[in-house]
Amino acid sequence: MAIVDNHISATEAGVRLSEATPRDYFALLKPRVMSLVIFTALVGLVAAPGTLNPFIALVAILAIAVGAGASGALNMWYDADIDVVMSRTADRPVPSGRIAAGEALAFGLVLSAFSVMTLGVIVNWVAAGLLAFTIFFYAVVYTMWLKRWTPQNIVIGGAAGAFPPMIGWAAATGSVSLESVILFLIIFLWTPPHFWALALFKSGDYERAGVPMLPNVAGAAATRRQILVYSLLIAPVGAAPWAFGFASAAYGVLAVALGAGFAWHAWRVFTMADDDRAMKPAKALFAYSIVYLFAIFAAFLIDTVAGRIVGLGG
Amino acid sequence: MSDKKGLVLSPAQAKARRARSIAIGLVLAAMVAIFYFATIAKFGPAIFERAL
Repeated sequence: MAIVDNHISATEAGVRLSEATPRDYFALLKPRVMSLVIFTALVGLVAAPGTLNPFIALVAILAIAVGAGASGALNMWYDADIDVVMSRTADRPVPSGRIAAGEALAFGLVLSAFSVMTLGVIVNWVAAGLLAFTIFFYAVVYTMWLKRWTPQNIVIGGAAGAFPPMIGWAAATGSVSLESVILFLIIFLWTPPHFWALALFKSGDYERAGVPMLPNVAGAAATRRQILVYSLLIAPVGAAPWAFGFASAAYGVLAVALGAGFAWHAWRVFTMADDDRAMKPAKALFAYSIVYLFAIFAAFLIDTVAGRIVGLGG
Repeated sequence: MSDKKGLVLSPAQAKARRARSIAIGLVLAAMVAIFYFATIAKFGPAIFERAL
């Protein structure tokens, strides 16, 4: 009996079989962005009036996180051509070749559908509708349209990152209210100075990729001026929960102090010399902006929970 | 004699596929658990009140 080995390796057959691991797929979800989404959505959900079963609340946060991750995967699918030429993004799973573009697209679409349906069926359809709109806004409006078209890309596109606390609020209440709009505005106004600070010291990357970020199109001086304008708006908007009466004076004082810190860092960027290659003030603002967002949402969360405990005690 | 043609996975491909299969299995199991417990959480004790 003759034994003929007709088995050939995938490489010999010219077939591409994936070597992608679950870790690569997890990276498609942009876990660092997802951590911010989870945190801000949690704040919106906990701060909202009314009660939600803890397990249903957990499912809501999970669905929002997965939906945000799905939009990240769709972003990486579409942007692979520009990610590959930018140092910050070249090692992402699609541009590095660990995951095929089609796999990233399918992964993003499946997770988008599952996250929206799960949120709708288990929590409520207002929150699910907002999540679906957020995914659409980030993947289609920002990634496919605004990002390569206008230097105002992240001003408008920033709305996508600002929706999570509003979705969290809607998960708990089934509606959108002034409080959730203010939480939205805090992130919406925070996004441009955060990304423009990054774009200042990564402008070479964006230029090589042909992405019209503000420093490449309008110049560094105009970018520094715009950063200052947005940063000056952040302090009053950050304190708005206190001004509108749904946060304490202690929160208000902390929010103003954090906002003043933001403005001070923005001022240092504004007065940065044109020939400053190290761009330490821009890097410092970028780092501070991350701390700011976590701090102000944490302060709002603590203030709300403390207010409820005091209210129960009284 | 076998004349069936087939592809042989490299060790890296086989290892990655096994890891992906385990991950998909865990996610599916988590989905089942989520919908099971969410149903109980949403209906509460009323879920046990049904005509026999």
